Amino acid sequence: MHKLLPAGLALALAAPLGAVAEPASDIQALRQEIQAIRAEYEARLNALEQRLQAAEAAAAPAPTAPASPPVAAAPSGGGANAFNPAISLILSGMYTRTSQDPDKYAITGVPLPASVPIGPGTRGFSLSESELALAASVDPWFRGAANIAIEPDNTVLVEEAYVQTTSLGSGFSLKAGRFFSGIGYLNPQHMHTWDFVDNPLAYQAFLDTQYGDDGLQVSWIAPTDQYIELNAELGRGLSFPGTDTGRNGPGMIALIAHTGGDVGDSNSWRAGLSMLDAKADDQSLVATNTAGSTVTNAFTGSTRVWVADAIWKWAPHGNAVRTNFKLQGEYLRSTRSGTLAYDVAGIDRAGAYRAVQSGWYAQGVYQFIPHWRIGLRTEQLSPGTPDYGLNSASLPSIDYRPRKNSLMVDFSPSEFSRMRLQFARDEARQGHQDNQLFMQYLMSLGAHGAHSF
Amino acid sequence: MRRALITVLAALPLALLAWPAHAALRVFACEPEWGALAQDLGGDLVDVVVATNALQDPHQVQAKPSLIARMRNADLVACTGAELEIGWLPVLLQQSGNAKVQPGQPGNFAAADYVRKLEVPSLVDRSQGDVHASGNPHIQTDPRNIALVAAALGARLAQVDPGHASQYAQRQADFMSRWREAMVRWTAQGAPLKGVPVASQHKAFVYLYDWLGMKEVAVLEPKPGVEPSVSHLEEVLSALKGTPVRMVLYAAYQDPRPSEWLSRNAGIPAVKLPFTVGGTEGAKDLFGLFDDTLARLLAAEARK
Repeated sequence: MHKLLPAGLALALAAPLGAVAEPASDIQALRQEIQAIRAEYEARLNALEQRLQAAEAAAAPAPTAPASPPVAAAPSGGGANAFNPAISLILSGMYTRTSQDPDKYAITGVPLPASVPIGPGTRGFSLSESELALAASVDPWFRGAANIAIEPDNTVLVEEAYVQTTSLGSGFSLKAGRFFSGIGYLNPQHMHTWDFVDNPLAYQAFLDTQYGDDGLQVSWIAPTDQYIELNAELGRGLSFPGTDTGRNGPGMIALIAHTGGDVGDSNSWRAGLSMLDAKADDQSLVATNTAGSTVTNAFTGSTRVWVADAIWKWAPHGNAVRTNFKLQGEYLRSTRSGTLAYDVAGIDRAGAYRAVQSGWYAQGVYQFIPHWRIGLRTEQLSPGTPDYGLNSASLPSIDYRPRKNSLMVDFSPSEFSRMRLQFARDEARQGHQDNQLFMQYLMSLGAHGAHSF
Repeated sequence: MRRALITVLAALPLALLAWPAHAALRVFACEPEWGALAQDLGGDLVDVVVATNALQDPHQVQAKPSLIARMRNADLVACTGAELEIGWLPVLLQQSGNAKVQPGQPGNFAAADYVRKLEVPSLVDRSQGDVHASGNPHIQTDPRNIALVAAALGARLAQVDPGHASQYAQRQADFMSRWREAMVRWTAQGAPLKGVPVASQHKAFVYLYDWLGMKEVAVLEPKPGVEPSVSHLEEVLSALKGTPVRMVLYAAYQDPRPSEWLSRNAGIPAVKLPFTVGGTEGAKDLFGLFDDTLARLLAAEARK
């Protein structure tokens, strides 16, 4: 994998050289075309200048001419480079200290595939993902964006790579490619914009930390003064709770509705309801059986996740520079139904399976003086009482509610840098309270990112 | 169940599309000064929504849901440009699903494209603070710029709403003649300010100084967008001992404390300027903006 990247870069750099080898007639044609474009622009510029002069004359009497002539230097590199996309790079690193071994981390009562990245990650110093983002208009009809995460273990992950229409009009836009689903509030947000080091337990348990997929999204904004946005997504079913299999039809369908508005100058809010359906085939789930040993089960069936989300932001007169407050909460409810093959490595007995699980978090983040914020998050999961059918004697029903409380303080010297200290008491694993301490930096360089609400 | 839900979700957009269309041209103005200008030039032909108020820092605004909804319905978006709104306007444009107002379309108007920009940096690096590669974006503090933008915006209104072109031309001519008269008055009033040395909290007034011939001797922010610390203020204060200034200026949306600190310690007046329409009681419209700005500057100048 890591050899592909340099090769790709080399290829990309070599591509413009190919243009030199164009046949002479093509060059002639190109020259003429450029000449025509230049003439047209000159004519337009002249017209514009005349208009400007007219306006300036209208605005007379012109006061004393400024002492120094204006600097007219264009800041761009010019030529082919002028069309380079906006590039930004997020650099992030952490120090983690936990009282429990992160390798043994589990969320009691929630069977998950081993690939789902739950828990606090690795102990000690570590690099978080370095995120390279590129975005630009493709042409007058499309824009494109890609977020490439370079993981600390030197693997490259395409987090998002999509094209989006800009010209459908009537409030519609269509997105195709790989992207984070628009469900809930936190799901579409990139890691560097999170208010805490990690995503809530409910996202870890039901949405693979953050649900991303390959597919299509159509979104529509209602022509009303009240903000109403509706989204529909079709996807491959790449991430948990789906599985990536070679089916023709979609493995994931999501429907999303959001609304929001302002209350006076100082308050704004958004709330929504989303539903995600995903299909799973032979999905390996790590679970603990009645005897207390770890077994691997396989789930085939469908999962529906409902997400209700709400966020409220306050800033005096809408000016968030000095102080501001943000309150948000989400409730997730996952229903899995299908068949579960118990202990695929041993007995391998298939039985009907149905589990309804839910979880919520609520958090508040307060900027009490410029650059400094403090935040508190509390969360809980309810694993419910799963119906294991034929396997009910082998798999237990656990009456334990995983919970966690986190406290964070962060300092942002500028819009482009942030340092964070976070302490969490994590009781996701029954009988093993984990005290976690994180120190994190997040810095962005390159293009000035624009963030959603 | 699922089929029924999908049908409802699909039918809802169509039902809403059937709503009667608004008659007036809908203008989405990023800042109050362009909202006021569009209102002056459009009268009752336009329906103006202003995204920010005079107490907000235009660099840092949230892309909130209410703004997405208004962007969705806009026929013309009038903003400053020059990267002033780079942290929020692109998100609004992307999420609006409104093809008419995308960059490059007639419905997308950037005022800074029509004026000569000052302080275009030769070095663009974030170590210099929140610099704008295309120059200082606070162009609205010079009435000559307002005239240039008015000419361009009037033409743009006529372009996106050609049915009312003659009315726009008439309103523009009327505005221009009133503006010309006012400028004669302001230029005469501002004569005593020529050459007056001042300090400013943020580099928000370079166009104002350029117009009135005032001299910016010091800036309280160590770098654009970076709040001054006490130790930095002390440095500014000691530097000002050699080259004294007559007043320190700050914009209505800014924290007045750094300017008040300098005012106390240097014994000079701190002057709050409206910066945009609505920034002070007197700045009710564009004419009031300059009347009040000049009144405040002259009052401070007269205090010896």
